[in-house]
Amino acid sequence: MGLDIRLPIGLMFTLVGLLLILAGFVYTDAETLKRSLDINVNLWWGLVLVVFGGLMLFFAQRAAKAAKLGTPPKS
Amino acid sequence: MPHILTLRGIDYAILLIYTLFVIGIGFALKRYMKSSSDYLTSGRSIPTWVTGLAFISANLGALELVGMAASGAKYGIATAHFYWVGAIPAMVFLAVFMMPFYYGSKARSVPEYLKLRFDERVRCFNSLSFAVMTVFASGISMNALAKLLNQLLGWDYHLSLWICSAVVLVYVLKGGLTSAIYTEVLQFFMIVLGFAPVVYLGLKDVGGWSALKTSLTKVAGNPSVLSLSDKHFAPDAWTSAWKPLLAGSGSNPMGVDWFAMLFGLGFVLSFGYWCTNFLVVQRAMAAKNMGAARRTPIIAAIPKMLFPILVILPGMIAVGLAFVGKDGYRLPPQLIDSKVYPAAIVALKDASTNHLDTATATKSIAAIVNKHLDETKIAAIVTAAPALSEGEIKVQLQDAVKDNDYDGVILSLVKKYCPPGLLGLALTALLASFMSGMAGNVTAFNTVWTYDLYQAYIAKNKSDAHYAWMGRAITVVGILLSIAAAYFASMWTNAMDIIQLVFGFVNAPLFATFILGMFWARTTGTGAFVGLLLGTAASAVFHSLTIAAGNVPGVKGGYVAQLITLPSDMAQNFWLAAFAFTVCLVLTVVISLSTKRTKTDQELTGLVYSLTPKIKDNTEAWYLRPAVTGSLLLAACVVINYLFW
Repeated sequence: MGLDIRLPIGLMFTLVGLLLILAGFVYTDAETLKRSLDINVNLWWGLVLVVFGGLMLFFAQRAAKAAKLGTPPKS
Repeated sequence: MPHILTLRGIDYAILLIYTLFVIGIGFALKRYMKSSSDYLTSGRSIPTWVTGLAFISANLGALELVGMAASGAKYGIATAHFYWVGAIPAMVFLAVFMMPFYYGSKARSVPEYLKLRFDERVRCFNSLSFAVMTVFASGISMNALAKLLNQLLGWDYHLSLWICSAVVLVYVLKGGLTSAIYTEVLQFFMIVLGFAPVVYLGLKDVGGWSALKTSLTKVAGNPSVLSLSDKHFAPDAWTSAWKPLLAGSGSNPMGVDWFAMLFGLGFVLSFGYWCTNFLVVQRAMAAKNMGAARRTPIIAAIPKMLFPILVILPGMIAVGLAFVGKDGYRLPPQLIDSKVYPAAIVALKDASTNHLDTATATKSIAAIVNKHLDETKIAAIVTAAPALSEGEIKVQLQDAVKDNDYDGVILSLVKKYCPPGLLGLALTALLASFMSGMAGNVTAFNTVWTYDLYQAYIAKNKSDAHYAWMGRAITVVGILLSIAAAYFASMWTNAMDIIQLVFGFVNAPLFATFILGMFWARTTGTGAFVGLLLGTAASAVFHSLTIAAGNVPGVKGGYVAQLITLPSDMAQNFWLAAFAFTVCLVLTVVISLSTKRTKTDQELTGLVYSLTPKIKDNTEAWYLRPAVTGSLLLAACVVINYLFW
């Protein structure tokens, strides 16, 4: 309905993903890492979120382009 | 206090980002809100994947998230029956058989369908009961949220309640139903992405599924070790979904037999909820066309089938972790009311000075705090009492509580594994789902009020602009009423129980009314109305005459007499549903047969199965046909049930 929800979703998760990656570099003390089973979960999951956000933005972009060209995008 | 979490800057940042985005979405949608139909029903223009995810998300409120983990801990994999036996078949049924009537009748709401099919009496009863229930549901959600923020982060209850309600008010006021739907989709992703890492870490920590099964097998033999139950069960009680059920109500922690489960939960309660509750149906009705509307519940059913991994498994993982005592983890204890601490500390010091034996000391302190206490831990505190500060005594006393706070399970896992950053994400996801619960309920309330109560009975032929204005005005009222309901729920501990009870009373017979209305043209308005009324009354009567073993008569039932004692609360719920459904069904049939039909066949076209031209699906690709995809889903359901047999 006018607003393609993929746009805000993509933006938000990319932003949050970047924040998590940042946290992944800041909170690297042994005690925190031990709690998440020695996996830097902020870093990895932050990456996943950025990819997810990017994907959403990609689909939103593609739909916007198709709409401009006149062909209705599939949803 | 043991539950308090510390949030860092980054966690607050994530929360702030989420809040700004939902408010932003509301404002961005404002200019598309031209008519009352745009505002209250989204003008039937939402893409299918969005309605599908919103459909499932409207149901996946925080209470479900928290509650399913709690049930996973208490009952094990059998909790998945709510999904695999209850929800999926109901959603497929809705998609294939009922959506054509909801969408095709052009009704703007579920009560409006009832008016078209029957008459104003049935519509009035349904809209009034739904309006009241939905406001209370909203209030319960917000109360739970404010309480959680208070317990967890130490935020003021009132501030949390009003601020969170204000955020919801802003985005719903600006963007109406579309705002609610879009934020529900956002919330869906947040929940999945926020909690998936926690489940992954928990599963890894417990040693994988087979190690978890082994631990749960040992727990089943002696659940009292973790204060789960006083009974003993077969080894597979937590890990097998069907065998303990088929073995009878005494053999599974839920205390139900297979008939109550299949008919009470699987049929009446689940179909009753998914097929008639306007909160979820409204999302499907916002779809672009009939095909999209029918595909909405099907699309929603796919993630729904997989949700047990996200929401139920954590509960089971928590039990597994607590059993081996991994890193000192234990199931979170119920909180001691802060008001009784002074008296408890006095009793402790008293026990210490007078050298009372452990049993007596434990008994007297337990009476004061109103919980079961671990004797060994109490003995330790009593011995160390003179040297401990008040704060330390409080912490140790809290730890000595044996009663489990099941609702705290999912949060205890979040606290255990999440570093700052991920913590903010998980918490924001939880918060988001609470607020989304309020938004969903308020938007459903708006529509029912504006079209089914206001337009129908109070102000009939006004302009659309007037109704659009009313839709907005009632949003504010709806939020205020929800806040009032939240205070009501917070003041009386029984309030939640009473509200859930009334939901149950109303939902069970309603489904019978719909089934008959949609599939039997002979059902008359009088039959439907009286059947529904008496069916609801039958629920209340059943409740007043039955009680679950171990419960005190009162809110839990049996206050008139105790004719039947059922093995558990859940069993009572399921049997009540089965009973009320049957009463309504029988009465509606009998009364319909003895009253005249008020609507002609022509008026009922598109509202009843036998009088509606069958929808021709064969021009669509096979994967778009609801009958095909629905059957595939049911088949998948059977496979899943077999895997966890």
